[in-house]
Amino acid sequence: MQRAGAAVVGLIGLHVFRQAAREQALHVAGLFALLLIAAHLLIGQISAGQEVKILKDLGLAGSTVAGLFIAVLAGTGLVAGESGRGAMHITLAAPVRRHELIFGRFAGLALVLAAALGMMAATSYGLLAWTALTASEAETRGWEAPAADPALLRAYLLIFMELLVVAAIALLFATFASRVLAAAMTVAMYVVGHFNADLRAIEEVTGAGAVAVGAAGLSYVLPDLAPFNVSAEVVHGQPVTAAYLALTAGYGLVYVAALLLVAAFIFSRRDLQ
Amino acid sequence: MTNLGAAAGAQSARVRGRRGIRSAAVVGAVVLLLALAAGLRLVLERRFDAGERDPRAAYIPSGPLLRRAALSFDPLLADVFWIRAVQRYGRARLAGGGAGRYEDLQPLLDAATTLDPRFDAAYRTGAIFLAEPPPNGPGRPDQALALLEKGARAMPERWEYPYDMAFIHYWWLRDYRAAADWFQRAAEVPGSPWWLPPLAANTFAIGGNRNSSRTLWRRLHETSGSAWVRSEARRRLLQLEALDEIEQLAREVDRFSRREGRPPSAWRDLPAAGPGGAAPRDPAGHPYKLESGSGTVSIAPGSPLFPLPVEPALAAVP
Repeated sequence: MQRAGAAVVGLIGLHVFRQAAREQALHVAGLFALLLIAAHLLIGQISAGQEVKILKDLGLAGSTVAGLFIAVLAGTGLVAGESGRGAMHITLAAPVRRHELIFGRFAGLALVLAAALGMMAATSYGLLAWTALTASEAETRGWEAPAADPALLRAYLLIFMELLVVAAIALLFATFASRVLAAAMTVAMYVVGHFNADLRAIEEVTGAGAVAVGAAGLSYVLPDLAPFNVSAEVVHGQPVTAAYLALTAGYGLVYVAALLLVAAFIFSRRDLQ
Repeated sequence: MTNLGAAAGAQSARVRGRRGIRSAAVVGAVVLLLALAAGLRLVLERRFDAGERDPRAAYIPSGPLLRRAALSFDPLLADVFWIRAVQRYGRARLAGGGAGRYEDLQPLLDAATTLDPRFDAAYRTGAIFLAEPPPNGPGRPDQALALLEKGARAMPERWEYPYDMAFIHYWWLRDYRAAADWFQRAAEVPGSPWWLPPLAANTFAIGGNRNSSRTLWRRLHETSGSAWVRSEARRRLLQLEALDEIEQLAREVDRFSRREGRPPSAWRDLPAAGPGGAAPRDPAGHPYKLESGSGTVSIAPGSPLFPLPVEPALAAVP
């Protein structure tokens, strides 16, 4: 029974991936590639010798933004969008349980994000490798880390984990809110997720008390997205240990599991008539 | 039937014609509006000199607020501030410097280094921008030192920051005691190069000596990762070479004046003259200038080495 459930989730995931590819979600990665190439041509002229650093920063930040677009738009569209169009009734008429639908859609979304991020990382690496090939010895002497540094993959891995959390948030909101509202709330959660540390530190401003305890408690419920950002460390050739990667990725996976459970719970009790 | 067909054809031709006119009108209106927008932009640029003040740089939030507001995009935002600093410096320098033109340079560099505390070029190249005297820079070695101190706090393992601070004390402030002290601090950073301790001792003993200056610029040229800094160091080395050559030429002028009882009137009077009495050239390839009345030799204003630095006096640190 469980194997059948996993197979259904896998099938839905593949279907979502194909649908996203059909709906041109992966074109975002193509657009990113074009923008990065254009930036590469321009940066050399205006960055006073900092093109490798800026290319790396731009590649990582651009991948985050493009991934966010995909996670928010596709994540909210997979449930709220279909419910709005009435397509959900057709899907639910198939012998598929509602939680399988949620897990399957998330799996598909994760595949889309992995494919898009992979394409964007490959573009970045290609341009960085080209820059390394065409740079003089004096220029390379000033680099803090090699241009096509394999350590960049660590930053891409954590960006992927962060995007999974955002996609799960989007999916959760889409189970009970309209698409626009779900997208707005997801973006708000992304912003809040980067201020999480401030919630924990509120005691320093208000002093110990109910507000501080409440804020600290809230900080553990809300996502903490700041640890996923290791771009600066990686670009400057600073070490990001395997233990840090494992712990942060583990936190992301556990948080995603919790969000998906809540999403499946809400969706299974929702009246879609 | 034929009449009906002909009428339908005529009507569809009319519709196509109307559509064509409408499309042409839309394209024309868009072109007109874009031309109007470009015209207004030109007027704006002329009335409010864009080089005078960049409105985007007028408000630069600083400190922790900036880092938080950047979410996870702080390194990229740091790059944006860096590029704006480079543009501001380049634009102000091209415009001939002047009061206020470099005003936003320090806040831009401060923002870049707040967002990315390990942004090496923003500290080291930025400090050179800030220390350059007018018209090539704001002439603020104090701001350059503050920026480098910030870098040294962020990266205490780097000997380059105390080294650069020593350099600013030496070259721009001519405070050889402080320079020697900072060279010594740089030498104490684990992993610093072997030549730093003798440099510290030498600076303490004979600060202001041209050879010491040459050594400093050469080391900066060798150690900097920035192409701009290397090219600036190369220019400074050529300036020092030009100072040597001018001294040599001044000796020839002196010999001629003593022999003839008057200063030389043209280069042909001196042995250093080129074929046909041509002026000797500076290390950048431009002819030197000879004042016929006084016999003073100087660098031509058109040379990339102009103006030569006012040389620090040979001074033993007490």
